[in-house]
Amino acid sequence: MPEQPDGAALADLQHRFTGAVLQSRLSVPAGIRREVRSTHERRFGVYRNNVKASLAAALAARFPVVARLVGDEFFTAMALVFIERHPPRSPVLAEYGAAFATFLERFDPAASLPYLPDIARLEWARHVAFHSADTDPADLAQLAELPPEALGSVRIGLHPAMAVIASPWPIVSVWTTNTYDATPEAPAADWTGETALVTRPHLDVLVQRLPPGTDLLVAALAQEIALGAAADAVSRTQEGFDLATALSTLFSAGAVAILSQGSSS
Amino acid sequence: MTADCLLRAGAGLKPEHQRHILEARPDIGWFEVHAENYMGAGGPPHHFLERVRALYPLSVHGVGLSIGSADGMAPGHLARLKTVVERYQPAIVSEHLAWSTHDGTFLNDLLPLPYTEATLSLVTRHVDEVQTVLGRRLLIENPSTYLRFDGEEMPETDFLRALAQRSGCGLLLDINNVVVSAANHGFDPHTYLASFPHEHVGEIHLAGHAVLESGGETLLVDTHDRTVSPQVWSLFRDVIARRGAHPTLIEWDSDVPAWPDLEAEVRQAQSLLQTAGGLDARAA
Repeated sequence: MPEQPDGAALADLQHRFTGAVLQSRLSVPAGIRREVRSTHERRFGVYRNNVKASLAAALAARFPVVARLVGDEFFTAMALVFIERHPPRSPVLAEYGAAFATFLERFDPAASLPYLPDIARLEWARHVAFHSADTDPADLAQLAELPPEALGSVRIGLHPAMAVIASPWPIVSVWTTNTYDATPEAPAADWTGETALVTRPHLDVLVQRLPPGTDLLVAALAQEIALGAAADAVSRTQEGFDLATALSTLFSAGAVAILSQGSSS
Repeated sequence: MTADCLLRAGAGLKPEHQRHILEARPDIGWFEVHAENYMGAGGPPHHFLERVRALYPLSVHGVGLSIGSADGMAPGHLARLKTVVERYQPAIVSEHLAWSTHDGTFLNDLLPLPYTEATLSLVTRHVDEVQTVLGRRLLIENPSTYLRFDGEEMPETDFLRALAQRSGCGLLLDINNVVVSAANHGFDPHTYLASFPHEHVGEIHLAGHAVLESGGETLLVDTHDRTVSPQVWSLFRDVIARRGAHPTLIEWDSDVPAWPDLEAEVRQAQSLLQTAGGLDARAA
């Protein structure tokens, strides 16, 4: 008779099982019944494959443009390296993949596509927006109704689903053509950076380009700085910043949830 | 605990079908969802599930609690499951006889447990904790497995009977899992079903599996990606004729077909439930 397994024996078995599922170079853990010696590895392989293929498929669904840019075969190979190094830490699979963009920055085989990590950031922001809390967006008319003297002290509360991703690469153009076009447009010779705004005013997640300086305005608003002071600060650092365009873009995309008056300003 | 309206066949709710279901309102008994898909703060998943829930009874099927983890169930997960259950008020809540989390790493599969007294007391403790926190009975599903362990002390059916007796939980009988495990471990599914503790069953699952042939061996893999096999249908007929009808789910989780194909499977299960006299007996 083998030793009577107790809680510690089960913990040890699960520890070895976990390691061998994730690291294919590790052999099948001891303690598995060897009734069919020849198929030992293959049977354990079903679990390895269930775990890794399901996680790779989840990542491919979450990062479809990254997958299209590198091709399915390359993506799967890359995903398997990611899964081995960064296995999920939560049984809620929707939380898996937050570290993918940072992983891509250091993934040498993909170094020829330097914009890949920022595309992954954009796709992750879309995924987070899909699951974020629901709130009705504020309308630009609400701002227009305020007396002019109250505009400077208004505080703009950002919508819970909104995110801004600034990049030295034209990530919105790359994402758009690879999402909607049967044949993606070739990159322009003189690429310029783009800042993406991700929102989900209702059910659908939206992606658009932010006008120059708008990301700085969003950052200031996120710190609960009143609109007047935030706009002044951005104007000082961003040449050609146009507050009306910035606000119109943010409101029409559903990036604003609530307007309130600062009590002291 | 089973509501009369649930003594019918149901389908797993898939995002691909949600809009159609809300528009067409197909005449099927109920829907089942994976609890983990509704643990986000908001968005389309909750939007659609609230509307489906307003029209149909619901079953919440957990796939991530890791009831068999030696180092404790997935941290914080039970609280999230409770939130889903309180929000959607399902008729049935179920989980698996399996583990998936160890030392904080989640493996996204239902991994096998050695059937020993030590495992039984661990799993009983965890099921008891879940039922206490949720304030209701849990159904535990028999797993599909690809390997077994040295030093096992009892067959799966004895393990499940003892678990139900000690914890007061019910069982979810997955007939496809019985067929998959039977083929993989060389036992007769009829023998398994003859010794299964049917008196604790509160739900039945039916699903499709893949046949993997290589190296001179055939393995069945629980893929949920196709129609229910003839053998599973036949065992289902036997079980409900001899042991009584239970709410029955068609699980189809990958390569999800167009709704009419899934609905056809649900209708076949429904028609067998009726033939078995389940509905007539309840109506009489």
